[in-house]
Amino acid sequence: MQSLDSFCTWLAATPLSQSIQSVEWVIPAVQTVHILAVAAVMSSALMLDLRLLGLGSRDQTVLSVAQRFLPFIWWPLPLLLASGVTLIIAEPARALENPVFYLKMGLLLAAVGITLACQIPLARNAEFWGLSAGRRWAARVVASVSLPLWAAIIFAGRWIAYIQRA
Amino acid sequence: MLDTFLQSLENTAIATAIREGANLFPWIECVHVLALTIVIGSIAIVDLRLIGLCSRDRGVSQTMAATLPVTWCAFAVAAVTGALLFSSNATTYAHNFYFEAKLLLIAAAGLNMGAYHLFVGRGAGDWLTASLTPLRARVVGAVSLCLWITIAACGRWIGFTIDAPT
Repeated sequence: MQSLDSFCTWLAATPLSQSIQSVEWVIPAVQTVHILAVAAVMSSALMLDLRLLGLGSRDQTVLSVAQRFLPFIWWPLPLLLASGVTLIIAEPARALENPVFYLKMGLLLAAVGITLACQIPLARNAEFWGLSAGRRWAARVVASVSLPLWAAIIFAGRWIAYIQRA
Repeated sequence: MLDTFLQSLENTAIATAIREGANLFPWIECVHVLALTIVIGSIAIVDLRLIGLCSRDRGVSQTMAATLPVTWCAFAVAAVTGALLFSSNATTYAHNFYFEAKLLLIAAAGLNMGAYHLFVGRGAGDWLTASLTPLRARVVGAVSLCLWITIAACGRWIGFTIDAPT
């Protein structure tokens, strides 16, 4: 795509991008912040999903596990956005001209959707995911979709480094 | 002596396959990154509880019981995948400052955890509902958190100081 290509070239030439590129430690440091924020999201999603699956934290209600860990799924997201945008400004074509980057963003939307699908009914009714055998199965389905989605986001993130522009 | 060992490690069939195959290294790296986000995130849950910043309504022992099985499973996966990645270029990694630092810091984190279990954690049952843990426990939590953040940074810096896609 011509226009995307020229946008990336323009962005990479801006003073902001140039100054990020010229300081050697900025990109690894921002990547470190990004991966630590990913660690918070991934582990929190795992703890919640293990509870939904009935595999962990069974001494606590789904609501109390959700209240403990959902903030750590949501709040790292602005930090991930900020660090991700910084990395894109530093090397625009690496992400914006990479199909894996768009796959990652699609997977992220799906993961956000499934997390809301767990959270919203729970906010209306604390017992929602335990009301019946059917609901308990639905909770297992939600968790079995959520976990591979978050893992796939991490995989796609790493593959961005290996797949060159489309 | 060590270099001879590293060289023979690199010459094993599996190390050669990882080094020369097109996709083996990135796939193993994906699993390594997924595992390490779970290791660091699940350890952070305990550290933040020890420091007294999170999960203050739950005891330290209860928090640990919920997370430690997750931490150990993920650590085993991270160690195996890390060893496989290491084998593909053993000599280069072994002489990389950040790789050496990372291994030492993981050992230090292990000692810190040992110190908790041997000395600090005695009577942890009493902290069941205490909103604040004793100072010594808060120190252990803070040291652990700092160590694991530095370990993640070292891991990222390895990629930038050897010839690899970042």
